[in-house]
Amino acid sequence: MTRSFREIIIKNIFAFFAFLSVLLLGLIVIFLFREGIPLFQQISVFKFIFGSAWYPTYDPPEYGIWPLIVGSLVVTLFACLIAVPLGVLSAIYISEIAPASVKEILKSVIELLAGLPSVVLGFFGMVIVAPWLQETFDLPTGLNIINASVMLAIMAIPTISSISEDALYAVPREFKEASYALGATKFETIIKIIMPAALSGISTAVILGMARAIGETMVVLMVAGGAAAIPESIFDSVRPMPASIAAEMGEAPFGSGHYHALFATGIVLFFVTLAFNLIADYISNKFKEVGSGTL
Amino acid sequence: MSKYFKQLLLSSLCLLFSTSVVFAESIVIKGSTTVLPIAQATLEAYMKANPGVNISLSGGGSGDGIKALIDKSTDIANSSREIKDKEVELAKSKGVNPVATIVAIDAITPIVNPKNKVRNLTIDQLSQIYQGKIKNWKEVGGDDLQIVVISRDSSSGTFEAWAEMVLNKAKVAPTAQLQASNGAIVQAISKNRYAIGYIGLGYLNKSVKPLTVNGVQASAKTAISKEYPVARPLYMYTNGQPAGGVEKFIKFVLSPAGQKLVAKEGFVPLAGTKEKSKKGKK
Repeated sequence: MTRSFREIIIKNIFAFFAFLSVLLLGLIVIFLFREGIPLFQQISVFKFIFGSAWYPTYDPPEYGIWPLIVGSLVVTLFACLIAVPLGVLSAIYISEIAPASVKEILKSVIELLAGLPSVVLGFFGMVIVAPWLQETFDLPTGLNIINASVMLAIMAIPTISSISEDALYAVPREFKEASYALGATKFETIIKIIMPAALSGISTAVILGMARAIGETMVVLMVAGGAAAIPESIFDSVRPMPASIAAEMGEAPFGSGHYHALFATGIVLFFVTLAFNLIADYISNKFKEVGSGTL
Repeated sequence: MSKYFKQLLLSSLCLLFSTSVVFAESIVIKGSTTVLPIAQATLEAYMKANPGVNISLSGGGSGDGIKALIDKSTDIANSSREIKDKEVELAKSKGVNPVATIVAIDAITPIVNPKNKVRNLTIDQLSQIYQGKIKNWKEVGGDDLQIVVISRDSSSGTFEAWAEMVLNKAKVAPTAQLQASNGAIVQAISKNRYAIGYIGLGYLNKSVKPLTVNGVQASAKTAISKEYPVARPLYMYTNGQPAGGVEKFIKFVLSPAGQKLVAKEGFVPLAGTKEKSKKGKK
C-alpha cells in the first residue's frame, strides 16, 4: 500500500463521517416533511398556523396551533429577558474581571449547568418552584409562563455565557491596551471597546441560546402547565409546541390526522429554529470584525 | 472473506427462521390504546415464562382492533367498549364470531388537594367544570377559589374514557392544563389546592383526595358492581371461544399473576368477580 493511496483512504473516511451527519439530518428532514405534509390535504396551512383551537382527537378534529406557537414564543422571550443579562454579564466577569482562580471555578460550574439533564430541571421546577410561586404570589397555579421561563433561562445561560465568553476572549489585546493608554478606566474599556468589538459574537450567543430555549421539550412539558389557550397574563399556563408533540405523539394513532398534525407542528418548530440559526449566522458574518479582531 | 461472511449470515438466518417455524406460536394483538399497557405488561411476562411464543402487539384504537378481528388480521382485538351491533353483523357476514372476555376494569376517579373542602361532585358538575362553565369552587360548595382544571393529553386512554363517560364528548376548555401522565397529575394536585384532576384508580395515593361521584366512592367493588359511574370494563375480543395459544394467553391475563400486572398498570383487577367472560352479542 503506497503512502498516497493510504492518504486517499484516510481522506475518504473523514469525508464519509463528515457527510454522514449531513445525510442523517437530510433524512430526518425528509421524514419530517413526509409525515407532516399530508395534514395539509385536510386543512390549509393558514388555518393550521393561525387556527386558535387545538382539538385533534375530537370529531371533527381542529388543528389550530396558534396558541402553541404563542406559548413557545412567550416562554422563549421571557427566558431571554432573564438569561441574556445573566449570561452576558457572567461572561464579561469571567473573561475580563475575575482573577484566574475564580475564573476556572466559574467556568466549570457554568459548564456543569449545561450538563444538567432537563428532566431534573423540570422536576425541580414542578416540585420546588411551582408550589413556592403559588404560595408567594397567591396564584391559582405555579405551572405557568414565569416558571417555565426561569427554567429555560437556566438552560440557556451556559450557551449564552460560553459563546459570549469566547467572543470577548477573541477581542485582541491591542484594543484593550490602546484604550488603557488613552486613560480609559477598566469599566469604560469593557463597555466602549470590548463589548462593541465582541457584539457579533454576543448576538450569535443570544440567538443560539434562544434556539436552545424554543426547542427544549422536557422542561416546558413539566412546568409550563400545558393549557392550549392564548395566555392573558404571565401567570397563565401555556403549552409550547415541543410539549404538545411530546405529550401526544406517544398515543396518536399512526397515520391519523392527529399524527400528521404533530409532525406538521414539528415542521413549524424546525423552521423557527432554522430561522434563528440563519440569523445567528448572518449576524456573525455581517458584523464580523476584520483584521486582528476576527473571532 | 466477504463470501464467507455472507454464507455465515445466510446460514444463521436460516437457522433462526427454521427454529421459529418449529417452535414459535405467534399471536397478533391489536386495538385499544387503553388496554395496550395491560397487553404489553402481560405479554412480556407471558413471553418470558413461555419462550418461543411470539406475540406482536399494536395499538390504533378499539375500532381498529375490531376491524382487524373482522378481517382476520388479528387474533385478539383489545377494546375499551363493547362491540357495536353493526360490527357484529359485519363480522357474522364474514364468518367471524366475536366473543368478549373482560380482562380488567378501568375506573377513573376525580381528585383534589386534601385541603379542598369539596367531597362530592355530580357527573354534570364535573362536566361543567371541565368545559370551563363552572369556574369557582364556591359554585359547587367549596371555598371562593378559582378552579384550576387539569386534564390529560387528548390522545391518552384515560382522557378518552373521561371524555366519554363524564363530558359525553363535549370539548374540554382550552385553558385546562395538561399533564402527560397519571403520576404527574397526582404530583400537581398534591401541591395545588385550586386544582382538580382525574386519574386511573390504581394511581390514587394519600397525597390527594378522591371525590365521590354522584355520592359513590370509586373502588374496585363499586366499579365492578357498576354503582360507580366513571368505570368501564375492558375487553379482549376473539373469533369464537379463545383456543390454543390465544386461550393460554388470555387465561394468563385472567390468572392471579396476570391480574396483579393489571393492578400494577393502574387498572382495577377482576378479583372477586365471578363473571369473567361474557359471550358476544347475538
